[in-house]
Amino acid sequence: MELFQLTAHELAEMLKKNEISAEEITRSVFERIHAVEDQVRAYVTVTEEAAYQKARGIDGEKREGKGAGPLAGIPAGLKDNFCTRGVRTTCSSRMLENFVPPYSATVVEKLAAAGAVFTGKLNMDEFAMGSSTETSAFFQTRNPWNLDCVPGGSSGGAAAAVAAGEAVYALGSDTGGSIRQPASFCGIVGLKPTYGLVSRFGLVAFASSLDQIGPLTKDVRDCALVLNAIAGHDPLDSTSVPGPVPDYTSYLASDIKGVKVGVPREFFGEGLDPGVKEVVQAAVNQLAQLGAVVEECSFPHAEYALPCYYIIAPAEASSNLARYDGVRYGFRATPEKGGNYDLLEMYMRTRSEGFGPEVKRRIMLGTYALSSGYYDAYYLKALKLRTLIKQDFNRLFDQFDVVVSPTSPTPPFRFGEKAGNPLVMYLSDVYTIPVNLAGIPALSLPCGFVEGLPVGLQIMAPAFGEGTLLKVAHAFEQSKPYHLARPRLKGEAAEKGLAHAREMSRGGK
Amino acid sequence: MPEYEAVIGLEVHVELRTRSKAFCNCPNVFGSEPNTNVCPICLGLPGVLPVLNQAVLEYAVRTGLALNCEIASFSKFDRKNYFYPDLPKNYQISQYDLPLCRNGYLDLEVNGVRRRIGITRVHMEEDAGKLIHGEGEKADYSLVDTNRSGVPLLEIVTEPDLRSPEEARAFLEKLKAILQYIDVSDCKMEEGSLRCDANISVRPSGTDILNPKTEIKNMNSFRAVYRALGAEMERQCAIWGAGDRVVRETRAWNEAEGTTVAMRTKEEASDYRYFPDPDLVPIVIGRDFVVRIREELPELPEARRQRFIKEYGLPSYDAGVLTSSRPLADFYEACVSAYRDPKTVSNWVMGEFLRLLKVFDLEVTETRLTPSHLVEMLELLKEGTISGKIAKAVFEEMFQTGKRAREIIEAKGLIQISDEEELGRVVDEVLAAHPGVVTDYRNGKEKALAFLVGQVMKATRGKANPQTVNRIIKEKIQ
Ligand SMILES: [Zn+2]
Repeated sequence: MELFQLTAHELAEMLKKNEISAEEITRSVFERIHAVEDQVRAYVTVTEEAAYQKARGIDGEKREGKGAGPLAGIPAGLKDNFCTRGVRTTCSSRMLENFVPPYSATVVEKLAAAGAVFTGKLNMDEFAMGSSTETSAFFQTRNPWNLDCVPGGSSGGAAAAVAAGEAVYALGSDTGGSIRQPASFCGIVGLKPTYGLVSRFGLVAFASSLDQIGPLTKDVRDCALVLNAIAGHDPLDSTSVPGPVPDYTSYLASDIKGVKVGVPREFFGEGLDPGVKEVVQAAVNQLAQLGAVVEECSFPHAEYALPCYYIIAPAEASSNLARYDGVRYGFRATPEKGGNYDLLEMYMRTRSEGFGPEVKRRIMLGTYALSSGYYDAYYLKALKLRTLIKQDFNRLFDQFDVVVSPTSPTPPFRFGEKAGNPLVMYLSDVYTIPVNLAGIPALSLPCGFVEGLPVGLQIMAPAFGEGTLLKVAHAFEQSKPYHLARPRLKGEAAEKGLAHAREMSRGGK
Repeated sequence: MPEYEAVIGLEVHVELRTRSKAFCNCPNVFGSEPNTNVCPICLGLPGVLPVLNQAVLEYAVRTGLALNCEIASFSKFDRKNYFYPDLPKNYQISQYDLPLCRNGYLDLEVNGVRRRIGITRVHMEEDAGKLIHGEGEKADYSLVDTNRSGVPLLEIVTEPDLRSPEEARAFLEKLKAILQYIDVSDCKMEEGSLRCDANISVRPSGTDILNPKTEIKNMNSFRAVYRALGAEMERQCAIWGAGDRVVRETRAWNEAEGTTVAMRTKEEASDYRYFPDPDLVPIVIGRDFVVRIREELPELPEARRQRFIKEYGLPSYDAGVLTSSRPLADFYEACVSAYRDPKTVSNWVMGEFLRLLKVFDLEVTETRLTPSHLVEMLELLKEGTISGKIAKAVFEEMFQTGKRAREIIEAKGLIQISDEEELGRVVDEVLAAHPGVVTDYRNGKEKALAFLVGQVMKATRGKANPQTVNRIIKEKIQ
């Protein structure tokens, strides 16, 4: 196996034994990027030079005998909505195409301190709005398992990069399923942590009360390692929760005998692809085989999650995205030649030209939902539904340790298949959205294939139940190692891939 | 034509003088170079988050308590959404339906009438930046200075309980005094740290009709508030008097013209699309926190006025003036603690001191004159080293230069001549020079004596002790 195909913990082990250097790992990953990027197109910006510098620094520190953590020297990608000091952060939008933040997100700082080698910034749906990475203003990222299929969204670039070996792991953000759904589509592990466990400082906001940062990894152990590095209170984020953070790898060894698993029938009904249903049922049976106590249960308000989400998320987004007005930074519309726009016209043209259709659609939805006369009918009602959904989960977790479902109702779909119909596209996140509304953690892990395309199993736990999630996921993964399967990409396109990587790296500094 | 009365409500914005801004660590200071006290947070750059400065909460609770408000045990921040180039996020973090403080009041006494003015609410919010528009008619640009964005503000809203421009002015003066007493703001209207909008309507006196009101903006001094409300009241009375209707609108005060003018208003009503700010956790206020702040509250103006009357035997008027600002009252008390003649000290503080502050346009805290300067001078006056007249000159010089009284009178030879022999010689000279006046006095013309004393004072350049001169002349003429 080549280095880029290994997991972070495997590479860390080899580094520890001095079998390889951080520079060699980094080279392997960048060679892979150059080889396959023109097929996958995961990167908006590649930061190759800085990565080698960091890797050499880590190797130097190791020679001096300085202890390195489990992520030191391991190449990681970042979804392009994490602010990175000195490296452009675009959110895959024209609006921020040339925005270079003077600060880094807390998670970026934390990973950097842990010795991470950043490979670059990964493509996404514009401002994280979408379920297929097709709303990126720049280009489409392809699913490494089938280049005609979408990688999922909005962390599609992140998931595709990890699946294709273009990064050992990546960080994504999840507002309604944006880590779990692409993880499911790309056959990797994705975790949305409890709201407040990981600082949001420096994550370009989509819907602040729903957004959460989490890892996309090749296996469950890596997921625990990355969570260890990024979890914890941040004084820069008042919604981040104070208190000690456990070592999440400590949950990986134990078996799951007697663990109570709830299977809500509402997540297995209409709209679920029969192939996916079969694979997920098999996975649930496997949990029972491993000693878990599996029982069907009910999630009565499941059907309200989607409409509730599509009020709350756009409402917050309409306000969060109001700052992009062309006045201080980012894109500003300018008239043809020499002329001037007045203020209102400048605002309107900037926002018309700078945002793509999906972003505009959500801004309008949110603006409408919050406007006087409609607030009570929409926003307030959505808040009440949100409470009901939380109560559903509370009731379930009184009874069960975890609740499981498919991550996505369908396997990866083809480009354009749903892009024309937003309502159909929104259904992609029907199983993941309730988790964000309730603020609880959930993990997606590979549980099989439908016609050669990966299927994910979603495991949900009560707030701060990440340990339980990792325990159950790890037990499943050890018994059914679907995570070891790797997509096969054509290897002959090295020349073109390099060109694309070079083109994409122009934005970095 | 019926008598009209005004129905006035005020919306006062007060910048808090916390060390740092409301949601970041940038310094909260006035007058820096544009865009120097800024960071990604107060600039609202992508991805950054606000974190509440606990001092803002403390100052707000202090203010609420001083204004007799109920302090909410649960409060939150909301976003007020609107586009404006000086508003970096295009929303302002404010409070909407759950303000921190509500249902307070302030008691006023205007022209001997005591009135209670209701305080509807006091809430926290962040200030916006400032636009600097290009100079000249052809200038087609505006510059944005964001130093002020994120500076903590309190918005204090009164009930429409004020009935005249006098009451509005008195309310603002009293509010300012309280805010300064509790040390939450420097309340400088000229620096924008105290800003006021007023709602006003008029109606026939004694009725409780609610007529359409106008909102007046752009008033930058208490005098302007007073004048603007007076002018607007007059305008509205004239409209009603002529049988027309006042229209509800926003008007601006034009200081130069002494009139209010209609501002360009948008057709549609403002819709701020308020909703709870998801970046800030709700505020839960413990009772012990409120109790602690209540215990730490300093003596407020009204209580201090009462104490001045009782403790120093001052007239109500003096006590009112001296306690109208905390620095002035502190100055007075420092003087009285060293020179125990409260009325004399009051006369000097209310007289010369306030006069000179006004002449030089200074605040009490900006002068070089300290209480010990005044006390030393009062002692020299009392022991007869200087005369009352010279004292005034000395006081002014102390005020301007910060020198001590003794230093000034020694340098200028202003020590009062009380030496009888020396004064006797001067009296002899004056009497010899004005024999006619002497005769007049002997013939019973009392005024002649004053002339002779005046001549002696003139000859000694005011340094003679007038009482002594008076006595010596009488002795010599008899
Ligand atoms: Zn700041």
